[in-house]
Amino acid sequence: MTAARSLVVDLGGIVLPTPVMIAAGCGGTGRELVGLVDLRRVGAIVSRTITVTERVGADMPRIAESPAGIVWETGLQNPGLDPFVSGELLRLARGGARIVVSIGGGSLEEYVHMTSVLQGRPEVAAIEIHLSGRDDELDRDVLGAHPDRLNEIVGAVARMSLVPVFAKLPGGCDDVVGLARTAVRAGATGVTLLASPPALGLDATRERLRIGTVSGWLSGPALKPITLRAVFDVAQALPDVPVIASGGVRTGEDAVECLLAGAWAVQVGTATLTDPAAAVTVAQGIVRRLNAAGLTSPAGLRGRLRPPEPTGAESHPVSTP
Amino acid sequence: MKRARAEILSTRRVGAYRSITLVAPEIAERSRPGQFLAIAMPEGRAFILRRHFSIHQASRHGGWAGTLEFVVDPSVGAGTGWLAGAGAHEFLDVIGPLGKAFSYPKRLTNCLLLAEGRGAASLFFLAQELVARHKRVDMILGGRTLESVFKPVDAKRLSQTVVVMTADGSLGERGGILDALPDAVARADAEVVYAVAPAPTLRSIAAFCREHRLPAQVAIEERMGCGFGLCNTCVVPVATKDRSAYENLRACVDGPVFDPSRILWDRWLGELPIVPPTAEPVPAIPHGGGEP
Repeated sequence: MTAARSLVVDLGGIVLPTPVMIAAGCGGTGRELVGLVDLRRVGAIVSRTITVTERVGADMPRIAESPAGIVWETGLQNPGLDPFVSGELLRLARGGARIVVSIGGGSLEEYVHMTSVLQGRPEVAAIEIHLSGRDDELDRDVLGAHPDRLNEIVGAVARMSLVPVFAKLPGGCDDVVGLARTAVRAGATGVTLLASPPALGLDATRERLRIGTVSGWLSGPALKPITLRAVFDVAQALPDVPVIASGGVRTGEDAVECLLAGAWAVQVGTATLTDPAAAVTVAQGIVRRLNAAGLTSPAGLRGRLRPPEPTGAESHPVSTP
Repeated sequence: MKRARAEILSTRRVGAYRSITLVAPEIAERSRPGQFLAIAMPEGRAFILRRHFSIHQASRHGGWAGTLEFVVDPSVGAGTGWLAGAGAHEFLDVIGPLGKAFSYPKRLTNCLLLAEGRGAASLFFLAQELVARHKRVDMILGGRTLESVFKPVDAKRLSQTVVVMTADGSLGERGGILDALPDAVARADAEVVYAVAPAPTLRSIAAFCREHRLPAQVAIEERMGCGFGLCNTCVVPVATKDRSAYENLRACVDGPVFDPSRILWDRWLGELPIVPPTAEPVPAIPHGGGEP
């Protein structure tokens, strides 16, 4: 007798109905997706990144298409922690999905304050730590790119938090494995790989920059191979740590690739902007693959990855002069 | 708001534009003037985001019941170019109706509608609804050339007067829609102004309306990411109700129709350059040698 097939995943204490989450900044404020997707069939929604005080956000324009991607910068526009907790968080949770709150800041104090306010809120299933912003205290461009600071921030949030904590590592950094190891040693339940890397959008014809803040971030399908590499490397080094793949997941096949590379779950972001039901269709794609492979859970895909086909004479005939 | 796989019933050329009619009853019956559609592009590396089009017609009754019409400018880019080439019986992934609609005046009756280029598409829908509410409608339509003035002949059926402005003078008067605004307001005894145009033009219209104490509504044509409120990239800085601060509102869900007197135009578009009153003509830079 075989066990029943199930998409449920346990990411070190947070149990999700499917391994497909909506990434930070793409899940709306609890109103937008109503009627466009059944949120009970979404693994979890990561909130937009919340800061202690309101941010009005970046100057326009904020988005530009690029080949297989978008370059964007919203400047972490959000209402601030207290209005978020009393409004948006409740609305998001009402849709029926598990809610992961993304927190961002420029100082240790801000991260600590947000973590303390979020504790005990029944709507908060987990915390994801946004680490790609500016470090105001140490005057550095990317807060989470430095192991000392990563250790300090993640350590403080993890010690205070009653719910699982995921560190979303900055994109475009060296030594992802080293940063992941630091985050986990500091107490993170798992890591989200990766945040959008820095990018620039240009219009050659008009000789103009395309983003109001000059620089932005790259999202979309262009990121998938980078995500796979980060997930693969971290999963090899830290096989017991829940890894969430984020960046370039658009289809069920993309998600299966991430799971094969070692991810425990995936996030869809940009794909949701085009197909609001993407998180559900990606999960359906995983189900099809599990059925075809005779597997009973997404975890069964981990460790199945084999080396490339040997390049034999048949596939690559040697040409003779 | 509904998502539909909608069949293209027909497409036809309208001047420089392509008008596309869809069968989408669930969206058509909910649509109001000023609202828009988000249409998915084909799979591929060239197109990541949906494209957004204001609703030109939504038929709820009669032989065309359940159909929706929107207008594409093929010159905008690859996405709209692809859409302009789509043919009857193809299917589009459509989400709509999106955004806040124009509101109709309760007491005031004389409405002046002005638009540049394809922006006029949604004003025809608005004009119909206003006429049905026994309002007087006058229109100013503009464009670069006669081809880019949207449906100047049809406009006459809906409005008392139509003024056409082209940049090259190939149809109507030479100039922009702004040039025609003061006269048109006086002639039509306009009490309310509705406008759809690029943001810099709307800014000037807003300044005129404020100066003449005319209530106005503008629909902005900001480039959008998703169109339904997720991505926070189509924002417009709008003063809070007490006007003590501003917030960046999403044009897709909080607009695209706004009260222009509450938009912080300088914040949004940058401050206008100050032209010195006695500016000398700039001398031409002499060539280093030879004919250009």
